[in-house]
Amino acid sequence: MPIGGVIFITLFIAAFGTALIYLARWTGGRAKKTSQAKFDIYECGLPAEEKKDTKISVKFYLTAILFILFDIEIIFMYPWAVNFRHFLNTGAGLTVFGSMMVFLLVFIFGLWWEIKSKALEWD
Amino acid sequence: MTSMGITGFEIVINAVKLLIIFLLMVQAVPILVWLERRGSGFIQNRFGPNRVGPLGLVQLLADAVKFLTKEDFAPDKGNRFMFYAAPVFALIPGAVAFMAIPLSVPLKTPEHVFLIQGYDINVGIVFILGVSSLAAYTILMAGWGSGSKFSLMGALRASAQIISYELALGLSIVGIILLYGTFNLTEMIQAQHGGLSFKAFGYTLAASWLPNWGIFYQPLGMILFFAATFAESNRLPFDLAEGEAELVAGFHTEYGGFKMLMFFIGEYAHMMIASGLMATFFFGGYSIWNLTPQEVYNWCYGLVGSEQLANVLSVLLHFVSFSIKLAIFLWIFIQVRWTLPRFRYDQLMDLGWKTMLPWALGNTIATAVIIFATTYFVIG
Repeated sequence: MPIGGVIFITLFIAAFGTALIYLARWTGGRAKKTSQAKFDIYECGLPAEEKKDTKISVKFYLTAILFILFDIEIIFMYPWAVNFRHFLNTGAGLTVFGSMMVFLLVFIFGLWWEIKSKALEWD
Repeated sequence: MTSMGITGFEIVINAVKLLIIFLLMVQAVPILVWLERRGSGFIQNRFGPNRVGPLGLVQLLADAVKFLTKEDFAPDKGNRFMFYAAPVFALIPGAVAFMAIPLSVPLKTPEHVFLIQGYDINVGIVFILGVSSLAAYTILMAGWGSGSKFSLMGALRASAQIISYELALGLSIVGIILLYGTFNLTEMIQAQHGGLSFKAFGYTLAASWLPNWGIFYQPLGMILFFAATFAESNRLPFDLAEGEAELVAGFHTEYGGFKMLMFFIGEYAHMMIASGLMATFFFGGYSIWNLTPQEVYNWCYGLVGSEQLANVLSVLLHFVSFSIKLAIFLWIFIQVRWTLPRFRYDQLMDLGWKTMLPWALGNTIATAVIIFATTYFVIG
């Protein structure tokens, strides 16, 4: 693995980005506090509210959990897909093909159940 | 040369190569921004930037000067560390993933073989998918660090969208992995060299005037992959993250100046990865129409009559070929942005989960069945 190159360029870009931010702070200067409103968060003409605990729709959590389930199922297909031709050529094709089709049946059932139970309805 | 290299010379060359590719990416961003503004102007029957310099090209420099002279601002209510770290981290995933895409044939010299790519990873596809989806974290950091409701809502929407389309994206390329049986992008491109020839049941159907590109084997996979990359890079039909009618500017509402520019670089880097992967998976990567690199090399050798020069010329020609493909896809990104309207949020989620995911699944099953049938019954 060319891990050295990955680490090198990651650190370089992080340093590059930090340098850009400091450069912009140096050339442009820090924002002067001429009024409190300037340092408030964006709001359309109203005083910004102080609420720290914005309520978030539970659908986002559900989406995230479903994503983890399905993404792991998809990741299982990757090693199968890479070795599929190799197994075909060595004669184990039917077993490998059949077992993945059974796995896909479970996948499709999961997707069907998820749609049927209205887990993906946004209103 | 699988790692950083063994000798000091190789390490230096590889480091310089990484820096050059990164700087090429960064300097391509202002040109793309100019192209986008100018192109959108013509699409919408107005001019776009045309006052500063020839064709408005010096506008880019004017923009940079403006970015430099802006005050450095952070909102009082936000988390300062997150607020400043988010744009820096936004640069990383795009650039690190793009380094793994091969840009041209290797440059051979008598002592060394130089790969024209940042690093050659044997599980390139998994690496690129894994690293580029880290962008969801930078968006969440920006939304959280700003301490603003608009930013937080935009960030949540964006990350929910990115993870939803990640499924369709991941599943749409299982077909192409089945076809070529490799995670390595260079091997995948090598499998697409030459003229088109279908092999089935022991028969061969050849059309050698067409290139042997993946799109002829995986047309549905291509469409699904391209649509999913639009959602991954938050581009217009899917730019719910910054739906300005309801969320001001989404996760970067509080940002300005250079920090804003860094988010832009991240977004354009994602477009470049998407275009590069489209070219690599479905359009033969750096290969030139239906010519193999050996044929191109022979043609170059006939032209200049020196092995060294022919090598360099062949590398350049392949690099130009890759750049043209990249530019075409980048232009499609821009054209689509100024052509299609935005989705509603529930339509977006329905498209990802209920349309693209089942179609990608069907594509995978169909590809597996066809490969199984055409190979198994011939041997059996």
